[in-house]
Amino acid sequence: MKGTAPAPTGTIEIDFERCKACELCVPACPKHCIEMGDRINRHGYVAALFARPLDCTGCAICAESCPDVCIRVWR
Amino acid sequence: MKDKRRETFPRAVFSRPRSLLDVRSHYCPGCHHGIAHRILAETIDRFDVRGKTVGVAPVGCAVLMYDYIDVDFAEAPHGRAPAVATGVKRAHPDRFVFTYQGDGDLAAIGTSEIIHAANRGENITVLFINNTTYGMTGGQMAPTTMLGQKTATSPYGREFRNDGYPIKVAELLATIEGTAYSARVATSTPAQIRKAKEAVRKAFDMQIREVGFSLVEFLSTCPTNWGMKPLDAQKRVLGEISGYFPLGVYKERKQADFV
Amino acid sequence: MTLAASGISRELMKGNEAICVGAIAAGCRFYYGYPITPQNDIPEYMAAHLPPIGGMFLQAESEVATINFLLGASASGKRVMTSSSGPGISLMQEGLSYMAGMELPAVIVNISRSGPGLGGIAPSQGDYFQAVKGGGHGGYRMPVLAPHSVQEMYSLTMRAFDLSDKYRNPAMILGDAVIGQMKEPFVPTPYLPTVSAEKPWALTGCAGRERRIVKSLYLKDDEIEVHNWKLHRKYTTMQKEEVLYESYCMDGARVVIVAFGTAARVSKTAIQVARREGIPVGMLRPVTLFPFPSREVNEAAGVADAILVIEMNTGQMLEDVRMSTRHHDKIRFLGKPCAIPTPEEILQEIRRLAGEIGAGR
Repeated sequence: MKGTAPAPTGTIEIDFERCKACELCVPACPKHCIEMGDRINRHGYVAALFARPLDCTGCAICAESCPDVCIRVWR
Repeated sequence: MKDKRRETFPRAVFSRPRSLLDVRSHYCPGCHHGIAHRILAETIDRFDVRGKTVGVAPVGCAVLMYDYIDVDFAEAPHGRAPAVATGVKRAHPDRFVFTYQGDGDLAAIGTSEIIHAANRGENITVLFINNTTYGMTGGQMAPTTMLGQKTATSPYGREFRNDGYPIKVAELLATIEGTAYSARVATSTPAQIRKAKEAVRKAFDMQIREVGFSLVEFLSTCPTNWGMKPLDAQKRVLGEISGYFPLGVYKERKQADFV
Repeated sequence: MTLAASGISRELMKGNEAICVGAIAAGCRFYYGYPITPQNDIPEYMAAHLPPIGGMFLQAESEVATINFLLGASASGKRVMTSSSGPGISLMQEGLSYMAGMELPAVIVNISRSGPGLGGIAPSQGDYFQAVKGGGHGGYRMPVLAPHSVQEMYSLTMRAFDLSDKYRNPAMILGDAVIGQMKEPFVPTPYLPTVSAEKPWALTGCAGRERRIVKSLYLKDDEIEVHNWKLHRKYTTMQKEEVLYESYCMDGARVVIVAFGTAARVSKTAIQVARREGIPVGMLRPVTLFPFPSREVNEAAGVADAILVIEMNTGQMLEDVRMSTRHHDKIRFLGKPCAIPTPEEILQEIRRLAGEIGAGR
């Protein structure tokens, strides 16, 4: 099992419609799991995307950083 | 795939605070009002005071906060929230009463009201959002606008000979006897957000234990009126603004004089 | 029932103090104020008398803070009062406009002094427009009651509390330095509530109920227009139901004085003397300045030969008298800004008018 990344210990869900693409969550995630997506929501924002779920530890720092409470976190 | 993930990670560790209504806010992308609102709602839940809280909303971007925080609300005229809150608290001393004010509201037109509410040791909690500008009205110079900062009404940059210096509220109110707690926090890093929550908890506790007047000043961003991307705005808070407005607890009474 | 039989003893007090007795009788337990001559007796009385009965007295840092204490207390469902004089009432106008827009009751007492500006501490009626035309922004109105005796300072204050609760709107007592500072006996008749004490809109913490918001901001398309018409209906209802006035020696009167407050009080003396000289003079005294007794003024103007408006200003209620009737030709004005008209001055004018219209011996 050498060299394989540790399994994720948590997961998140980003509210696609409510995200205002402020990007604050992107650098906040210590594991760089989030990046800006490419789909535009109905308010005209290109929402953030949970791009690398396998690296997620469920630390919720992204959720803490979101001004619009778009992110829910589970462990 | 989502449901499969949900099975493996069943325990919700972060979700919307009960006291924060599940509605989309009018705040601009990256505006820190949203974080301060969430911290306020989390703390209301934590102390379980939602049913006996009366909020006093300011005039400014946060005037609409009564659409977001699920408690009884009165709307105060610009700058008068501490006086309205005094009227509310004196009418119902056992209710939890807070005001939430911007820098124009509190430190310009409302200076007299905030100083005298503090001086009376009014048993209320004030969340003061300092984003160095008048947000709602389109980015004019505020009492906390930094020297050199260009705004709609200081187009050449604030200059102390003409416009004086940015006012330091947390320190100012810490010199007032009636103040029980005065701190300045920020919400531009996860660690700052954690400390901000601690400060707001302390402030709530001061009121609930009737120790006296409590205020938490939030250094916040205003990406729209600073003409910056939200992440750059946070860097500005971490750099220039925190330099002039140091974070920290400026006063913390152990217990009220009159207990 | 005679006074003796009623067991109520007469009190000898200043008008300002009688206001406080009336407020307390009406259940007011919250008073916020700020020092300004000539109304200081009111905060002083309340500072002494409210705490012992579990009431709250607080002196604010300014009249701006004062009116906002009031706003907070009223939003919390409490009967609350403040008092000031012209300059302080000016500082309260923003708060009054907010309270009218937020539909919050409260009693505001103006013991008028001379103006404009610092003016002086002599009595005046120069705050009439500010009181009745909505002194602040946005076009709100307030019921305005004008006492002319210590008795009325007591009884009209009680009425003001009921009016402000009935219409969920601030109400004003418009006195002046004379009535405020003078002492005369009055009878503290019992307070008989005419409105329910229930305030289902009050902010008390939303435990066990839907949360409540008390605000004046209406941003969605026609919300503010709809709200303005709602407030307007209050004022038209007041006009129909709340007009108060006194007819004094009006039978057969061909000269009719229209005056309120101290000016009306002094006119009564002049009317007595003139009547003894055979001059048919009477007075119509508005007790509510808003709503103004327009119908009664119009009726009087139809019958009389001369309407003599007497005010301690340079002509403010005069305009409302003119608006009430088309008989402008009959209207005369005796103005004494910032001073009390003497009975002799009024008597002289009555005699002159009587001669002009050929009335009297």
